[in-house]
Amino acid sequence: MVAAPRLRTGRKVVAIASVLVALVFTLFPFYWMFVSALKPDKDLYDAQGNPFAWHGITFAHFQFLFTQTHFLQWLVNSTIVATASTAISLACSILAGYSLARLRYRGAGVLGWTFFVTYLVPQTLLFLPLTAVVVKFHLLGSLLGLILVYPTFLIPFCTWMLMGYFKSIPRELEESGLVDGCSRLQAMFKLILPLAVPGVLSAGIFAFTLSWNEYIYALVFISDGAMKTIPIGVPSELVRGDVFFWGELMAGALLGSVPVALLYSFFVDQFVSGLTSGAVKG
Amino acid sequence: MAATAGSSLKPSREFALARLLNREAPLGYALLLPALAILVVFVAYPFAFGLWLALTDSTIGRLGHFIGLANFAYILRDPIFTQALGNTMAYTFVTVFFKLTLGLALAAVLHIEFRFNRFTRAAMLLPWIIPTVLSTLAWLWMFDSTFSVFNRMLAWIHVTGPSWLGQFPWPMISLMTVNVWRGTPFFGVSLLAAMQMVPADLYEAAVVDGAGPWRRWLHVTVPTIRPVILITTLLSIIMTFADFQVIWILTKGGPVNQTQVLSTYAYVVGIQGTDIGIGAAISLFMFPVLCVSIGIILWLLHRD
Repeated sequence: MVAAPRLRTGRKVVAIASVLVALVFTLFPFYWMFVSALKPDKDLYDAQGNPFAWHGITFAHFQFLFTQTHFLQWLVNSTIVATASTAISLACSILAGYSLARLRYRGAGVLGWTFFVTYLVPQTLLFLPLTAVVVKFHLLGSLLGLILVYPTFLIPFCTWMLMGYFKSIPRELEESGLVDGCSRLQAMFKLILPLAVPGVLSAGIFAFTLSWNEYIYALVFISDGAMKTIPIGVPSELVRGDVFFWGELMAGALLGSVPVALLYSFFVDQFVSGLTSGAVKG
Repeated sequence: MAATAGSSLKPSREFALARLLNREAPLGYALLLPALAILVVFVAYPFAFGLWLALTDSTIGRLGHFIGLANFAYILRDPIFTQALGNTMAYTFVTVFFKLTLGLALAAVLHIEFRFNRFTRAAMLLPWIIPTVLSTLAWLWMFDSTFSVFNRMLAWIHVTGPSWLGQFPWPMISLMTVNVWRGTPFFGVSLLAAMQMVPADLYEAAVVDGAGPWRRWLHVTVPTIRPVILITTLLSIIMTFADFQVIWILTKGGPVNQTQVLSTYAYVVGIQGTDIGIGAAISLFMFPVLCVSIGIILWLLHRD
């Protein structure tokens, strides 16, 4: 905030007005999701009246979600998949990030950039051959398939982020450990890793969010209603033929967003620094 | 004697392994192994396999025969493919333009200190954080043909709103709006972070030269953060060119392919139509854009 400019009143008004417009545009869909989840059907499906009018609050949509659909199961599935794929990715990325950032050997530079390039490959480019590979390994339709496939986009990202973190820790620390008789592995786990905990936490939160939000692989690999994750479950069982269960859809969307929103509210700064390191450094 | 020799052999082997792992190069490669194994099996191999699939008449569950470039010849004659390619480019070009413009404005405004600045920043990132599919469902409801909240508000001023997802040209415009809504925070926050790194003395020098806020922004801020602007734009081009979720939730490429893009068409042909070879050929058309963008990003990052 060194160079933050201060403005005169006229410009200030323009700035504040534009912030307000941007805020309304940004938040309105979430507001609409929220109120639609709580409004009774007669308010939702009234094309004539004031769209902002309320005639009472109902929890019927939430009740329907938990009693008439697999929503609870999807919540469990999403949690299992996101937790397991995050754990696998973090374990692999801590080792790989440490190796690429701290150890000197032939090819380390090129390999580091290879991880970066892999991070940029979009899922939609690979999903068809990946489907064939998943079929070959008999992983189609199982959560294990998702758990093994999600690290493909989590590992490059986490590795790149952790490389930056490991590089910022002074080398002297490790060297003093080596002089004291630690092996390199001991130095890594006992001296360097504890200092990298904030970086590991950021990478983990990001990885969890990315796998919680993943759509196309889950859409292609999972068809059994009870095995679905939230993003593919909600739009499938709450649209029956031409009928959209809007109250229930919005209730499901709201509840499915809560875990990510909670993580976000606790770790806003990590998200921002992660996003910017994602954009600036990779 | 033999027993003692055997028992002394084992620890020395362990010792050799420990010594090997204490050297930088062997340890370096060993630590990379788990990550590389996953990436080779689930990225490199599928990628190579995809190149091969695109040259075959494979369907889901049946690996086909090599047919050369026949799939590419087929899709280039397919009018829906041509339309999807054009739509993808329009979708990318228009939304990236607006995301960049709005993102620059957002960053410039958020750079000013005011009350609720932190809250505003946190709120602005929400569309980027919340699962895209779920927030897009809220948009789907807001675009509903009968109960659209926009049309109900337009009715206040006696305007009949369009069928947002049904009637040309509104479906494409609606998709672009949602994409801009979701993607602008990414630009805003990464540009803001770059702006905060601009050294204060550059601004001071500009003030001494008599430059107002607008000229300071144009002649100091923008040139200094240009590499970040470029990289963010290229990342966004890659993500938008490959976008699937927003389109699939809102229109599934319809009505009548009006909003069909490469990713949705690859899904329609490759998964729903089970012609996985042709589908793989369709998604390969994303590859040139990806290569060029990655090339420029790497060049920019290496220059610094």
